[in-house]
Amino acid sequence: MSRRSGLPAAAAALLCAALSGCRGIQSSLDPAGREAAKISGLWWLFFYVCTAVFVLVLAFLFYGVFRRRSEDALGARERGKTYVAIGAGATAAILLLFLVVSVSAGREIAEPAGPDALKVQVIGHQWWWEVRYPASPANRTVVTANEIHVPVGRPVFLELLSGDVIHSFWAPNLHGKKDLIPGRINSHAFTAKKAGVFRGQCAEFCGLQHAHMAFTIFAETPERYSAWYEKQLAPAAEPSTPSQERGRQVFVSNSCVFCHAIQGTPAFGQVAPDLTHVGGRGTLAAGSVANNPGNLAGWIADPQSIKPGNHMPPMLMAPEDLLAVTDYLESLK
Amino acid sequence: MSTVAVAHEHAPGVHAAPTSFWRKYIFSLDHKVIGKQYMFYALFMLIVGGLLAILVRWQLAWPTKAIPFMGKLAPEGMPGGHMLPEFYNSLFTMHATIMIFFAIMPILIGAFGNFVVPIQIGARDMAFPVLNMASFWTAVPGAVVIIWSFFVTGGAAAGGWTSYAPLSAIQPKGQTLWLIALLILGLSSLLTSVNFITTIINMRAPGMTFFRMPLTTWALFITAILLLLALPVLSGAMIMLLFDRVLGTTFFLPAGLVVSGQPLKNAGGGQALLWQHLFWFFGHPEVYIMILPAMGITSEVLPVFSRKPVFGYRAMAYSMIGIAGLGFIVWGHHMFQSGMNPLLGTTFMISTMVIAVPSAIKTFNWLGTLWGGSIRFTTPMLMALSFVSMFVIGGLSGIFMASTPVDIFIHDTYFIVGHIHYVLFGGSLFGAFAGLYFWYPKMFGRMMNDTWGKVHWALTFITFNLVFFPMHFLGMRGMQRRIYTYTEYEHLKDLQPMNQFMTLSLFVLGAAQVILVVNFFLSMRRGKVAGPNPWRANTLEWQTPSPPPHENFTEIPTVYRGPYEYSAPERADDHWPQSEPPSGPVRASAH
Repeated sequence: MSRRSGLPAAAAALLCAALSGCRGIQSSLDPAGREAAKISGLWWLFFYVCTAVFVLVLAFLFYGVFRRRSEDALGARERGKTYVAIGAGATAAILLLFLVVSVSAGREIAEPAGPDALKVQVIGHQWWWEVRYPASPANRTVVTANEIHVPVGRPVFLELLSGDVIHSFWAPNLHGKKDLIPGRINSHAFTAKKAGVFRGQCAEFCGLQHAHMAFTIFAETPERYSAWYEKQLAPAAEPSTPSQERGRQVFVSNSCVFCHAIQGTPAFGQVAPDLTHVGGRGTLAAGSVANNPGNLAGWIADPQSIKPGNHMPPMLMAPEDLLAVTDYLESLK
Repeated sequence: MSTVAVAHEHAPGVHAAPTSFWRKYIFSLDHKVIGKQYMFYALFMLIVGGLLAILVRWQLAWPTKAIPFMGKLAPEGMPGGHMLPEFYNSLFTMHATIMIFFAIMPILIGAFGNFVVPIQIGARDMAFPVLNMASFWTAVPGAVVIIWSFFVTGGAAAGGWTSYAPLSAIQPKGQTLWLIALLILGLSSLLTSVNFITTIINMRAPGMTFFRMPLTTWALFITAILLLLALPVLSGAMIMLLFDRVLGTTFFLPAGLVVSGQPLKNAGGGQALLWQHLFWFFGHPEVYIMILPAMGITSEVLPVFSRKPVFGYRAMAYSMIGIAGLGFIVWGHHMFQSGMNPLLGTTFMISTMVIAVPSAIKTFNWLGTLWGGSIRFTTPMLMALSFVSMFVIGGLSGIFMASTPVDIFIHDTYFIVGHIHYVLFGGSLFGAFAGLYFWYPKMFGRMMNDTWGKVHWALTFITFNLVFFPMHFLGMRGMQRRIYTYTEYEHLKDLQPMNQFMTLSLFVLGAAQVILVVNFFLSMRRGKVAGPNPWRANTLEWQTPSPPPHENFTEIPTVYRGPYEYSAPERADDHWPQSEPPSGPVRASAH
């Protein structure tokens, strides 16, 4: 944004944002899930009541300041006592209301997900999300990164873990936050009520690249979800062109394999995102950039310029090798 | 019950007037000089913290735009003037740390507490003058270490002011200095709190019962008790974290941590959440440590400029006690999203909401104080009125956080940043400004320029709201706190104009403070001579010359009545000093 968008434009934007509500793929007030709907309803209740209280208090303040001095000081004092008592009573009543609605909403959103819930494990790392769909038999387990696919209408039960520091899972369209704490397993359950692509981001400051630790939730019809799941179960696609063939060779003969895994190849590193189906994902580096060949090649050659301080070292390789490995990885749909 | 402490020539705290420059101005035992030292210390750190805030806001308004001169000033953090993420992270960490521990606490407790409390209770000095001097000179190295930390390898601490473990255990060296600085400062505050408690309990003038104490003294008394109970918990936690960092202990490090692809060597057996519990057990009372003195100052200023007794004096004192007590059982509301049992969450929710009751009572009593008064719109009064209205916003947005389901929605977003600034700037800092304009004549013997004071107030009040109110919108639109960039994200991109507007407003807010600084220093020489009681106030500090002589009073006053007997119907004079004998001027005004 340029400098010319100065004060007037900014003021207009302010007003727009205030009036247009809070729509968006990462907004707390645009619910797409059962839990978020309950919470945002609660938020609006708080908002209206607190606004009314504020207006009332300020009206009293202004009236008190600007009206003329009362002659009957003693009588005013007695009346004042009554007013304060009424005010304290009203405060207590409002708080009681808040308490009751909060407890009841809290119970509803904390209800444990039923046995038919989809179980997903989310493991926070500096600065990306490992996503696992545990299943028995174990070979039906799906491992991916930075993207979570869920079926609409079915409760999702998240098991939240961390491999290093504290992170926080936050997809505001669907639910509030829950921390991922090393040494603990937290749980979080939500149900997406409508299909869509929603964004989430780490909400607990987790170090240098906390700003680049996003994820995407795809809420899909059960059929599309199953199709996605089955596709993820398959090992990596075989190269179909000579360039892709060469790309695979470059990948497995470089240091890539120490950190990344591609099912169906000798690459089985565990400390970085699983790349078996990386070509099918929407973003790279935990939502930092869109996933396309240009960005991917740039990321491999110089990840530090896109996300300074991340744990991936730059890969020194010949330009044609870089193109080949990019070609190969993008083919892993 | 009337507790009458007899102050005589050999009372504690009494010492000979110093003669040398060093003993008079540098290593002074006089609470008034120490109070002023704290004030300069706090104002200096306030400027440092403010400059850090400007850099933070610059980055949020124009994330890709360089500040060329910063490239020279901080070549490591801002090469070529472009801000690195680690530097941004240091900036917000240090802004909060410096403002909370090195600016707001010293100005409210160190400056006003030291200067005002002994005179308000009619004492010659603090109970332990040497300890008092030691407190200030312990706080100085704390500030030196925290500023020094900007210049070590890896820069200043970048773990957030909350410094959550285990992140804070694996951060670069700046974090160690952060811990050392706050441990030093914690010691200083502890010494101060013991001194205040002893002074207020033991050194009140004859007739100064607890319920004749001015509300500022009440507030600082309760604040000192909070400090005494809460600070050791933080210090303990910080010592543990320091040990984790330098001695290889694992208080906060659970097993199996993998950092940068490497398993952490000494990890295992620790609890990451332990830090949060200890930190917030201190951290929530800390919020009241910063707001209670400002409440006290407001309660002091409103009656003086309404020419009316404070409404519900005892209720004011009791509600401060209530807030302080409840403050110790609400810390869990900072941890609702950490996975606590919902039942436990509910108890924290209840205790947090209950705190709103004494806060509301205080607000209603302030309104009651204004009601029907003859209001004088002096600068301290405008600051105090701003405190009341801004505290209402901060208090109401706080209720959002009390409710567990709502809190997990807004936690760690800009909504929270907006809330905390309404409490700490709209509340504490406006309270501090009120105190500054109110007691300046007492401290320096001259009046500050009221017109420029009002200009400063108007600009500060308006731009404060322009900077911080939009934060609530940002938060609900999905903007988190503590992210150094957001413009590459499609859904946050359109928030940039709003962020730019806030930053431009902050420039004006910052510039407005220049007016305060200039007014502050010019008035020392050019201001109108104040005389002992320019505001016609009742409390004891106004019944002695401005500035007060060494040992404050030529003769220890005797107190005959409460501190806010303004416009008593039986008197023609609209003020009634606490130390004025019941006979005498009463009869004089009758004929």
